[in-house]
Amino acid sequence: MGKVPDKTALAEGLDPTLPSPAVDEPAREAEERKWTPAKIGLWVAISLLGAVAWFMLALVRGETVNAIWFVFAAVCTYLIGYRFYSKVIERYLLKPDDRRATPAEYKADGKDYVRTDRNVLFGHHFAAIAGAGPLVGPVIAAQMGYLPGTIWIIIGVVLAGAVQDYLVMFFSMRRGGRSLGQMAREELGVIGGTAALVATLLIMIIIVAILALVVVNALGESPWGVFSVGMTIPIALFMGVYLRFLRPGKVMEVSIIGFVLLMAAIIGGGAVAGTEWGAAFFHLDKVTIAWGLIVYGFIAAILPVWLLLAPRDYLSTFMKIGVIVMLALAIIVVRPEINVPAFSEFAGRENGPVFSGALFPFLFVTIACGALSGFHALISSGTTPKLIEKERQTRFIGYGGMLMESFVAIMALVAAISIDRGIYFAMNAPLALTGGTVETAATWVNSLGLANVNITPDVLAQTAKDVGEESIISRSGGAPTLAVGLAHIMQQFIGGPGMMAFWYHFAIMFEALFILTAVDAGTRVARFMLQDSIGNFVPKFKEASWRPGAWLCTAIMVGAWGAVLLMGVTDPLGGINTLFPLFGIANQLLAAIALAVCLAICAKRGVFKWLWIVAIPLAFVAVVTITASFQKIFSPVPAVGYFANNQAFSKALADGKTEFGTAKTVAAMEAVVRNTAIQGVLSVIFVTLSIIVIITAVVATMKAIRAGGGKDNEDPPVASKVFAPAGLFPTAAEKSLLAEWEALPAEKRTEKAGHHS
Amino acid sequence: MSTVAQGLRGFAAYMRSLMGADAYQKYLDHFTATGHAGPVMSEREFWRDRMDRQDSNPQGRCC
Repeated sequence: MGKVPDKTALAEGLDPTLPSPAVDEPAREAEERKWTPAKIGLWVAISLLGAVAWFMLALVRGETVNAIWFVFAAVCTYLIGYRFYSKVIERYLLKPDDRRATPAEYKADGKDYVRTDRNVLFGHHFAAIAGAGPLVGPVIAAQMGYLPGTIWIIIGVVLAGAVQDYLVMFFSMRRGGRSLGQMAREELGVIGGTAALVATLLIMIIIVAILALVVVNALGESPWGVFSVGMTIPIALFMGVYLRFLRPGKVMEVSIIGFVLLMAAIIGGGAVAGTEWGAAFFHLDKVTIAWGLIVYGFIAAILPVWLLLAPRDYLSTFMKIGVIVMLALAIIVVRPEINVPAFSEFAGRENGPVFSGALFPFLFVTIACGALSGFHALISSGTTPKLIEKERQTRFIGYGGMLMESFVAIMALVAAISIDRGIYFAMNAPLALTGGTVETAATWVNSLGLANVNITPDVLAQTAKDVGEESIISRSGGAPTLAVGLAHIMQQFIGGPGMMAFWYHFAIMFEALFILTAVDAGTRVARFMLQDSIGNFVPKFKEASWRPGAWLCTAIMVGAWGAVLLMGVTDPLGGINTLFPLFGIANQLLAAIALAVCLAICAKRGVFKWLWIVAIPLAFVAVVTITASFQKIFSPVPAVGYFANNQAFSKALADGKTEFGTAKTVAAMEAVVRNTAIQGVLSVIFVTLSIIVIITAVVATMKAIRAGGGKDNEDPPVASKVFAPAGLFPTAAEKSLLAEWEALPAEKRTEKAGHHS
Repeated sequence: MSTVAQGLRGFAAYMRSLMGADAYQKYLDHFTATGHAGPVMSEREFWRDRMDRQDSNPQGRCC
């Protein structure tokens, strides 16, 4: 340790009786650099198709644009980014070496460290990173038109999001699967490391709270939704007991049973909500649902994993893969026409009804997941690196996995903008603006003066009826809008208009499922981080099995996100509309922290010439989040600045007013004062911590540049005794090497493959 | 027809590994390959152990 890995020592450690664990360097180089006419033709075709698609989206100004162009623009750009940009990162910045064993090989234990087939691990990693985030952000950002969001999702992922995931995964893999927090401490020292840890903890609380808020908004006053999502709890419990006691290990079997029960719960929900008692019993207001979720969150986090979390995780993975494949197929088959403008009337303003703030920087924080998501750094360090078979596969799994998530975000965007713009604004504006009835909402939407928008109360009422809901007015949070869009597309693909209500609740169900899993897992992870931190002062807390400590820390964490959730639910300004930017800022600040750590690591490795690969996304995300935070803190415009709003309402209260803006009572005004103060203080804390981390990282980077490199914290290299191809399809050179390995006697292969070094 | 069946079987096998249904098999493979000291866990014990270890080692799920 402490030096650049000694290549000769590594070469000497290789087993001479085995074929090489890596494709011969010159052979691979020659293969990569050889451009046959067919290969050139293929990439020219991909580039041309991509260029045409971008031209259709960005420059052609017809009445409508076909959704298929979004798919082509995204896929072609991803392919080019993957083939060329990620290759540059691999070749010059990371320099993976397949002769080195990965943690899954040298730490193999058959449980946590297991070499996993690259294609399986790709799906596994994708299922772990993709959740409700990419389904929600793009919907909310559609307020500004489709083009800003589309550009940010597609270009952002290629230059920032996928780069972050790839780098973090690679560096964690080289460190035996260490977490981001541990890497931060190691690379940035105590101050930077501690700031990163505290920031991560706070950010997790905010993210869990706002995800929970999305669920509450989707289920409020929706008996059908409450019933079917509520049923996931007994279904998961049943699956848990089944797996534990009846048939252990029959994961596929129980997942299919669970899936069938889930479908039954959705269909049954329609029947139950149709009865008088069902409608009355499951018709819950948002505050009740929020309290239910808080109580549930606490119980779920202290129950053993096998009972609730693990089975629901299976269901969630199963649904995730299925839904995404289905949505992609549906969009390609149905190819809906989009009549949302490229830039809407709100693109140049900062007082949009769905989220406030100007395009720069707020669009870039509203769409976090799908373009750049700091949360991924927590997943990319930890579980996945312990399962990677060969170093070169990190490009496919890390970079490629994130491209997949970006594609999900694009599909969510397409689904959301395929519905009428009038319906979009009626659904996503806060209750204070729409008034809550179809008449007031229609009047308000038409008063916005949007081009080609003329909505009637009948259309709003009919849409609600089609999806089996009492009302769709002010169903903010993104999830219901996406569900309407998805139902609209899916019914053209399968089932016809009669199936819209099913597809709507199907979409709500899977979003709720993803979010509940994230809430559970997030609470658990946060609880452990807190226990660990308190443990530094009171050692007893470090014992995970000490019940009082675990329960106390769980209660603190649930209390923290529960408080933010209740604040959002009762906020007179519309909850999600004021809180969502905080979610995006938190997520992007985490990305800034992760990239800052990566920058320091890259500098210490001595690859100064290529530092810009990390520096560009870091600088961009730092500017975006710090500007957004500063505007949230210092902006004099009440719609944007938390403290400006706080002062406006305080002054109104001091003046003895009994209603102000959208707050119609003194209690509501006091709530705004309280909420804005909390949100403002949180913004200050986040941005301060992040600036500390970024500064310590830049200092570490400068130091390394001056010294010509720095301390290398990688695990010592171990010679590898296995081989597997790097990407989806093996290349010719990989195939011939694979053939050599397959020619070995079987007992020799397995024995060597899993052997402890 | 057989190609279709083969494709479906391949997909089912992929989904199985994706969901982690083959975890016990992998553990057994590892166990036989390295000849660990101590008795091998039965399938039931293995899954119990796997779930219980998650209790003290939680993994995040993304948003």
